[in-house]
Amino acid sequence: MAFLEIEKARKVYGANTVVQNFELSVQRGEFVSFLGPSGCGKTTTLRMIAGFEVPTVGAIRIDGRDVTHLRPNQRNVGMMFQAYALFPNMTVAENVGFGLRVAKRPAAEIKSRVDEMLNLIKLPQMGGRYPYQLSGGQQQRVALARALANKPQVLLLDEPLSALDAKIRISLREEIRAVQRELGITTIYVTHDQEEALSMSDRIVVMSEGRMEQVGTPFEIYNFPRTRFVASFVGTLNILKGKVLDPKSGRIAVDDQEIFASRGIADAQAGEARSVALRPEAVAIGRNGAGSNQLKGTIEEVAFLGAIVRIRLRLKESAIHFDTFNNPSAPPPERGQPVTVGFSREDILVLEGAEAR
Amino acid sequence: MKESRFGAWLALVIGTLYFIVPLIGTFEFSLRMRRGEYSFDAYRVVFADPRFQASFGYSTVLAIATIIVGVLLVVPTAYWVQLRLRRLRPIVEFITLLPLVIPAIVLVFGYLRIYNSSSILPFTAHERSTDLLLCFSYVTLALPYMYRAVDTGLRAIDVRTLTEAAETLGAGWARILFAVILPNVRTAVLSGAFLTFAIVIGEFTMASLLARPAFGPYLQLMGANRAYEPSALAVIAFAVTWACMGLIQVFGRGRGARRPAGR
Repeated sequence: MAFLEIEKARKVYGANTVVQNFELSVQRGEFVSFLGPSGCGKTTTLRMIAGFEVPTVGAIRIDGRDVTHLRPNQRNVGMMFQAYALFPNMTVAENVGFGLRVAKRPAAEIKSRVDEMLNLIKLPQMGGRYPYQLSGGQQQRVALARALANKPQVLLLDEPLSALDAKIRISLREEIRAVQRELGITTIYVTHDQEEALSMSDRIVVMSEGRMEQVGTPFEIYNFPRTRFVASFVGTLNILKGKVLDPKSGRIAVDDQEIFASRGIADAQAGEARSVALRPEAVAIGRNGAGSNQLKGTIEEVAFLGAIVRIRLRLKESAIHFDTFNNPSAPPPERGQPVTVGFSREDILVLEGAEAR
Repeated sequence: MKESRFGAWLALVIGTLYFIVPLIGTFEFSLRMRRGEYSFDAYRVVFADPRFQASFGYSTVLAIATIIVGVLLVVPTAYWVQLRLRRLRPIVEFITLLPLVIPAIVLVFGYLRIYNSSSILPFTAHERSTDLLLCFSYVTLALPYMYRAVDTGLRAIDVRTLTEAAETLGAGWARILFAVILPNVRTAVLSGAFLTFAIVIGEFTMASLLARPAFGPYLQLMGANRAYEPSALAVIAFAVTWACMGLIQVFGRGRGARRPAGR
């Protein structure tokens, strides 16, 4: 049985449905990210798990116990906020030990647990400092220690790294993941940053307009997006305007050139307009060998970024963006130069509908 | 540039003279009790007067009680408005400002009409219950200052996130309010408290009409019957008020005011 279960949760504010039919089972110790743009309902869903919002319809269970209508202070969940939310009037040690004092644990136990937590976040000497004496990264680590001190059943993280600069964000996300693995705590992580979600999660729930678009491992989400939204939101994607020529063989026309898809158009009709999605990293200059796809076009833009050269290839109506590594012995193509690019049949994803960009 | 600076200095000098000259005059007059030389005789007489000690003590106790009741009433109200009832903020602010536009004499006649000895709630029937009524009326008088101070303090911290963080750590409302919110608006509460103290110490109308032995009626009594002592009392009242203002400044510069709260 799943450790955390969200059963057909729906949240409605007046006429506005912000979360609809959210259904998810999270295993004990799993790290699941809710990924989506602002207003997609990810934070509302997290707040329903925390108890700050009550689902209009549906149920939430933690370890088999129905917590749908329990107050946040009765749920035993730990939470980290974007704004750190450390208590300014308390020292680091007092902040970390706050939940234990609320639970009326003996003083000796509180002290030893606080020390353990401060060691865990690698700030053992900072117990006597006040939050205003710490950097943003240190404050967020203290917030993590505070959230974990009570040994919560579920750890909830609401965009905890958004307020930090890029370098600290990367080191802290590795630290959070390491701590989560070490403690084996079931974790829900809300973010709009796809890199964060892809690098940290066991599974990702991609959300849009209150709906779950797709649930899967980072590998599945990135490589096999099920909807147009997931394909466009996760990673960079070329979307080409296509027309199905032969659904059986997967033959598609893109700007009067023919390519083949290995899957995904069995349900299409011949002559039907479809969008073709293609990841930039699948594209390489030159032919890819027998059986692979190739498209001819003209180099429209070349941007030299140091280690990487970013290229835009104009077909006719559609354009393909792709990157190549800088190679001093092979200079990049020049603008206006005709070029053939290749990619394998497996790299093509045929989406429903015909919208291109 | 120079002209505007001159104007600013001129305004400051005029303002200072406007306040300081009468005060210096009062102080100077209070020292003239002994004929032909300056002395602190008037102050000695005042401090030795048992009615001064009794009335000042009475008003001090009442001021402290007013502060406690005011804090217990205003802090949870302002917190709740900030956290859950933001739409009610204009209404609550309007209500808290009413004591500034309704004269104290109107309020006290209202109290006498509603709480007289033959009413359902006969507060004025006994001395202690009248003290309680006076305390509540002072809470009302000080409401605009106390509410403004606390509300400003609450706006400076992230009340919602701090509350939610404490809730996830198992805290109930009382603990959140007294262990998390109140210490973080300490400076604001102290500002409101000292303003309340200054108001209560010199208040005359309510204490007089409710016939309580407060410092305000004592000041008036002395002013009607003595020459030098009222001046000494006025200077003492100013000193008490200034001490309160000074304490606001001292606590306002404390640790709590320097650090960013919960952001």
